[in-house]
Amino acid sequence: MSFKILSKRQLSENVFQVDVQAPLVARARKAGQFVIVSPDPDAGERIPLTIAGANSAQGTIRLIFQRVGKATAQMAELNEGDALGYVAGPLGRPTHIENFGTAVCVGGGIGIAPLLPIAAALKEAGNTVVSILGARTKELLILEEEFRTLSDELIIVTDDGSYGRKAVVTEPLETVCRRSPKPNLAIAIGPTIMMKFCCETTKKFEVPTQVSLNTIMVDGTGMCGGCRVEVGGKTKFVCVDGPEFDGHQVNFDLMMKRMSAYKALEQKAYEAFREHVCKIGLHHKTTI
Amino acid sequence: MTNESKEFQELVEKQQAGLLKPKDRFAIPAQEMPAQDALGRRSTMSEVALGYTPMQARLEAMRCLQCKNAPCVEGCPVRIRIREFVEAIANGMFQEAITIIKENSLLPAVCGRVCPQEVQCQEKCTVGLKFKDVNQSVSIGRLERFAADLSKGCGAVPAVAPTTGKKVAVIGSGPGGIVVAADTRRAGHEVTVFEAFHKPGGVMVYGIPEFRLPKSIVQEEIDVLSKMGVKIVCNFIVGRTRTIEQLMKEDGFDAVYIGVGAGLPKFMNIEGEHLVGVYSANEYLTRANLMKAYAFGRGADTPIAVSKNVAVLGGGNVAMDAARMAVRLGAENVYLVYRRSEKEMPARIEEVHHAKEEGVRFCTLQSPRRILGDAGGHVVGMECLRYDLGEPDESGRRRPVAIKGSEFVLDVDTVIVAIGNDANPLIQQTTPGLEFNTWGNIVVDDNCKTSMEGVYAGGDIVLGAATVILAMGQGRIAAAAMNQYLAR
Repeated sequence: MSFKILSKRQLSENVFQVDVQAPLVARARKAGQFVIVSPDPDAGERIPLTIAGANSAQGTIRLIFQRVGKATAQMAELNEGDALGYVAGPLGRPTHIENFGTAVCVGGGIGIAPLLPIAAALKEAGNTVVSILGARTKELLILEEEFRTLSDELIIVTDDGSYGRKAVVTEPLETVCRRSPKPNLAIAIGPTIMMKFCCETTKKFEVPTQVSLNTIMVDGTGMCGGCRVEVGGKTKFVCVDGPEFDGHQVNFDLMMKRMSAYKALEQKAYEAFREHVCKIGLHHKTTI
Repeated sequence: MTNESKEFQELVEKQQAGLLKPKDRFAIPAQEMPAQDALGRRSTMSEVALGYTPMQARLEAMRCLQCKNAPCVEGCPVRIRIREFVEAIANGMFQEAITIIKENSLLPAVCGRVCPQEVQCQEKCTVGLKFKDVNQSVSIGRLERFAADLSKGCGAVPAVAPTTGKKVAVIGSGPGGIVVAADTRRAGHEVTVFEAFHKPGGVMVYGIPEFRLPKSIVQEEIDVLSKMGVKIVCNFIVGRTRTIEQLMKEDGFDAVYIGVGAGLPKFMNIEGEHLVGVYSANEYLTRANLMKAYAFGRGADTPIAVSKNVAVLGGGNVAMDAARMAVRLGAENVYLVYRRSEKEMPARIEEVHHAKEEGVRFCTLQSPRRILGDAGGHVVGMECLRYDLGEPDESGRRRPVAIKGSEFVLDVDTVIVAIGNDANPLIQQTTPGLEFNTWGNIVVDDNCKTSMEGVYAGGDIVLGAATVILAMGQGRIAAAAMNQYLAR
């Protein structure tokens, strides 16, 4: 099976969108599920990525990833016609979708990508969808058009005020929670710290809140336990028990510490790779 | 001619003339397994045990009394004709030996290395009983390995019966899956093996380290399957990519074997288990083996903790593997923390022996109470309690009892939890209609048949924690039942 890239788009400086041939995954996947991918079929890192969309007729899935380390940088180097090393999935439990009433969908940074299929599925199930998208600055905001099309209301915030309101996502989230009637459900996907504060906000209003966690992972099938998080005082595995959990039960502080486990090593691998690519770049004019 | 080889020649002549008496056999010293130097191997992944020379193998085989009732066979889960293959080795008929072994075991190079022989065939050996020491039993495992290794590279491809038009799906490419694939393919069925990882081999590839089981041996067995016409599909998670129901109703598979392993690591449920530097042995070994973390920065990108002081919790083979891997990844001090005494350890004697030789420190009758972390969430120590052995518990082993006030802190920066696995919930979550027990293990009958028509299961997902040979044994049973089912 070849996991060929059929189309590629750069959404912002470090964010890329690819449509990859993976017909079985495209057919089986549901909103909220993820895949494990690697640019290299043999070695390399196994990267968990939430599926941002799929075209089952075409047999492709849409992946949106941020260039943060060596493996994602390698993926960013691939172009249309190239193939990923492998794509395994779909993994994780799908999002529970039903007509809750009003759902407020909060996405931050690259977290906007996994939020898209969930928001779309909620809309399709008849919910009123209020979307709040946040980015550091205008250039880093992704999928605005897609969200504008599917949402009943769209609120955009940026940290520096270069687009939409100058605010963090919790501000409009609090405003929406104060409305009467209050939203029936909140979904928050983004940096761990953002999800933590979103949950603190919605908790005050007792709005049930789902978060989708993207922890460190090896196999994605329950075997390694590297993805474990504490939910309601119990150890849960993001890959088989999640990736979505009741945000009010998640111990975000513990999770943030675990996420930093390999920072130094990852940095080392990335720098070595950049140096390598830059050297090649002298001849091939590829730069990153 | 040296004295040694002269004596050997005399023994061989007696053996071939049928004149070797029990007295002569008892007089032959048990042959030591040649191994890499203990200090040198601390920094290499290559295999520790080097294997018998032909002379050693024949000497060891001549120690066998050729008991009429062959009690060793009783101890073998797959009933290899041990007496016969050992005699063949004693007579220098090595090819015949491997042919006899392969009648019952498909993976002798693997089993010779990883089977817990001292609690199976070798436990029953008359020679060991005579010396009242299981270490003096005939080294059946090492002989099995010897015979298997001699035929390495010339992997004969078993004959395949004319095609039946029936399709078999094998879920998981571990030892059980390999056996089922081979046995059902031999019967002429079209067989596909589905593997969730990007490389086939299951626990033999992600779990058991290179220094104990070289990956090339596993690869050779996989290659034999491919040559037989078995299709191997990696990156395919049954239950998620396709469900068992879809495989059978939509994709045309007539029978399915579930051999997915246990694969849901247990933790101690103590404070500090979420700290950075706490691993399940599965994660630690997968990173190190399958993902090649030992070559980080030299062609591999999977990071692993750079540890100075490591505590491994547990006393089984996986704990030994993790401890010895930590040694090889450069840890200065590796402590194996086990709450019972060494006698109760479930690990193979040879692994315990090798671990000690490599400098792993055994902290028996100790158990962690909590793991201590710094402000950044990194492990900085582990508080332990000392234990005494009390009355035997339901397993027959003496129950460890904590000694009050015996707390102390072990200075470690990495903790590897190797206390076993629970059943992986993936198949259960996605296969309504399949019967599971309270612990999440699949319920099967004596033929490894599940509650679903045409669906069979074996190995850890059925037995809980088992071994390579038990998984293989179940694979054999299941494949026979599947062949019978498909022949209806």
